[in-house]
Amino acid sequence: ELKEEFTCILKANNPHAPQNIIRYSFKERAYKSVSHVDQMAIHFSLNGNLILKDSDEGRRQGVKVSPAAEKAPVETSAVISEEAEIKDEGSKGDTQAAGQEETEVSGTAEVSEEAETEEPSPIKPKEQKFANQFNFTERASTTQNNPMREAACQPESAPFKNFSVTVNQWNIYDAYVEELKRIEKAKEKEKPRPQTARQEEERKKGRKLTTLESQGINKISKAAKITERMVNQNIFDDIAEDFKYFEDESDEFRGQQGTLLPLWKFQCDKTKKLAVTAISWNPKYKDLIAVGYGSYDFVKQGHGMLLLYSLKNPSFPEYVFSSESGIMCVDFHNDYPYLLAVGFYDGNVAIYNLKKATSQPSYKSSANSGKHMEPVWQVKWQNNGVYNNLNFFSVSSDGQIVSWTLMKNELVHTDVIKLSVEGTTVQWQEGLQLQMLGCGTSFDFHKKIDYLFLVGTEEGKIYKCSKYYSSQFLDVFEAHHMAVDSVRWNPYHLKVFISCSSDWTVKIWDHTIKTPMFVYDLSCAVADVAWSPYSSTVFAAVTTDGKAHVFDLSVNKYEALCTQLVVAKKKNKITHIQFNPVYPVIVVGDEQGHVISLKLSPNLRKVPK
Amino acid sequence: MADTGEGKKEEADYKRLHNFPLIRHTDMPEEMRVEAMELCVTACEKYTTNNESAAKMIKEMMDKKFGSSWHVVIGESFGLEVTHEVKSLLYMFFGGSLAVCVWKCS
Repeated sequence: ELKEEFTCILKANNPHAPQNIIRYSFKERAYKSVSHVDQMAIHFSLNGNLILKDSDEGRRQGVKVSPAAEKAPVETSAVISEEAEIKDEGSKGDTQAAGQEETEVSGTAEVSEEAETEEPSPIKPKEQKFANQFNFTERASTTQNNPMREAACQPESAPFKNFSVTVNQWNIYDAYVEELKRIEKAKEKEKPRPQTARQEEERKKGRKLTTLESQGINKISKAAKITERMVNQNIFDDIAEDFKYFEDESDEFRGQQGTLLPLWKFQCDKTKKLAVTAISWNPKYKDLIAVGYGSYDFVKQGHGMLLLYSLKNPSFPEYVFSSESGIMCVDFHNDYPYLLAVGFYDGNVAIYNLKKATSQPSYKSSANSGKHMEPVWQVKWQNNGVYNNLNFFSVSSDGQIVSWTLMKNELVHTDVIKLSVEGTTVQWQEGLQLQMLGCGTSFDFHKKIDYLFLVGTEEGKIYKCSKYYSSQFLDVFEAHHMAVDSVRWNPYHLKVFISCSSDWTVKIWDHTIKTPMFVYDLSCAVADVAWSPYSSTVFAAVTTDGKAHVFDLSVNKYEALCTQLVVAKKKNKITHIQFNPVYPVIVVGDEQGHVISLKLSPNLRKVPK
Repeated sequence: MADTGEGKKEEADYKRLHNFPLIRHTDMPEEMRVEAMELCVTACEKYTTNNESAAKMIKEMMDKKFGSSWHVVIGESFGLEVTHEVKSLLYMFFGGSLAVCVWKCS
């Protein structure tokens, strides 16, 4: 049995491979056995890096390598082939089997070696890695580089100037000598004039300060004025409304009586001790009142003031002028609303020009240019004379009516008339015809007849005079028992005038008749009387007990339509009254420097048809 | 003899009298002016015989204090036309016979 021969056959079959594989074939939709079963068993696999040089990929990569290496592939191939041959030779060199073949091979190898050495040392080819793309991927990234920008700057070069000079020894000497002289002179001057210099400096400083201040304030003066008025309007808002719109409806029920509604009260600190001596409305600006301040007291005479108030600003006057002597009367010029004629207690007269900024009168009479010797009680502008000079009249207690003309910047006075009292002459001295002169207290010019005017005196007489007759009166009215405080022509009735006096009466006259037409006894000294500008039958009178009386002759001939206490304190006396030419407002001045405005109720304002 | 004697006296006198620094023209601000003047006086007194060193000293000090590029000329008789930076020129006499001109121009 040991000698039995068994045959073993080596087959290339994979013992592990299955012998029959049944697969489902979708095409035939049946199970079929696979015909040929794969017998290969892979024991080990390793991926290589080499690719065939002559393959597409190899050639492609060969081209990609640097252009200097164009030769290299040729060389390298030569080198490689040589190396290969050398290796062949080396491997075969030991065996001595091949004789001629070896020598041929070695000969060629030697030749090639020589050729190799003869060649200029070749550029060592770069080791070219023909990397396959499965194992090697190129990846690159760059950081973001900010773009470059050029910035340059150059500071402004400082301004330059040219300078040239020549210098020599004599130049230097001269300069020094001059300098020494100057120093000496300065020393001399210093000694006698240290004080005057100081004073001048102070004065200059003072002036500078004021000019600086005034410059600064002037710029806002207009704005400040407007704001001031607005503030005042706000404060006195209700009064302003009353002034414009309020109509006292209770007048309908009062029959004929009317009332006076008090509106603004103008007062200023500076005038607290002074009495209102004159009031005048501006003919152009219907809200501007000129108020003169002074004192009626014979003993206490102080300074005077002229304030101009505007109805728009009751808290502070628009213009302020002060004077040494009390102001007694004020009159606006009809044509030049910026000119004011003023009469003083000391007998002087002056013209104030509102357009000029000074607080002094533009023209003033003085003792040597002729002035009254007694207080000037009334001034009135006249029409321009022949030579177109401004002129005005003044009446004074010294019994003279004087016409003042502004000629060549000077006030020239001409006596118009002397109020001589009849029947009294030469009582004091022999030889001299001294006339006793009556004291004029008031006068008024006729509205139409230019030369005709009335003068009231302290004796109670009213003289009717003409400008053309300087020595005689046209007529005399025995008007009152005491001084005539005010006499006024009626603005509409050309023959009628009114007069009031401290003898408690107000009388209305026709100038052709010697006796008064109406007499009103007001039980207190009447300080002032005024006709209303809107009606020929309405007039107002103020008494020293603080009452204002308004009469309308067309309504009630015997009684006042309104008697109202205007001034609060009993100690205060009213001194003047004026109607506003446009608005239904009267303005009343009192002894304490207050100016009170009152609105007339409708009953008092009836305009006759 | 007397005349020449007096003449010499006068010379000596004026040299003495005119020794103070006299500024002829300058548009420097007050501080700079005072400093520059003092500097010139110091330099001239130090280097009475050598104008160049005095000028050198002045120039270097001015460069340090007030910025670069100052120029200085010291002499007894010369004519001058320069362009200078505004508010940086000083021209003065000193020592009775020396004139110094200092200006800045870069």
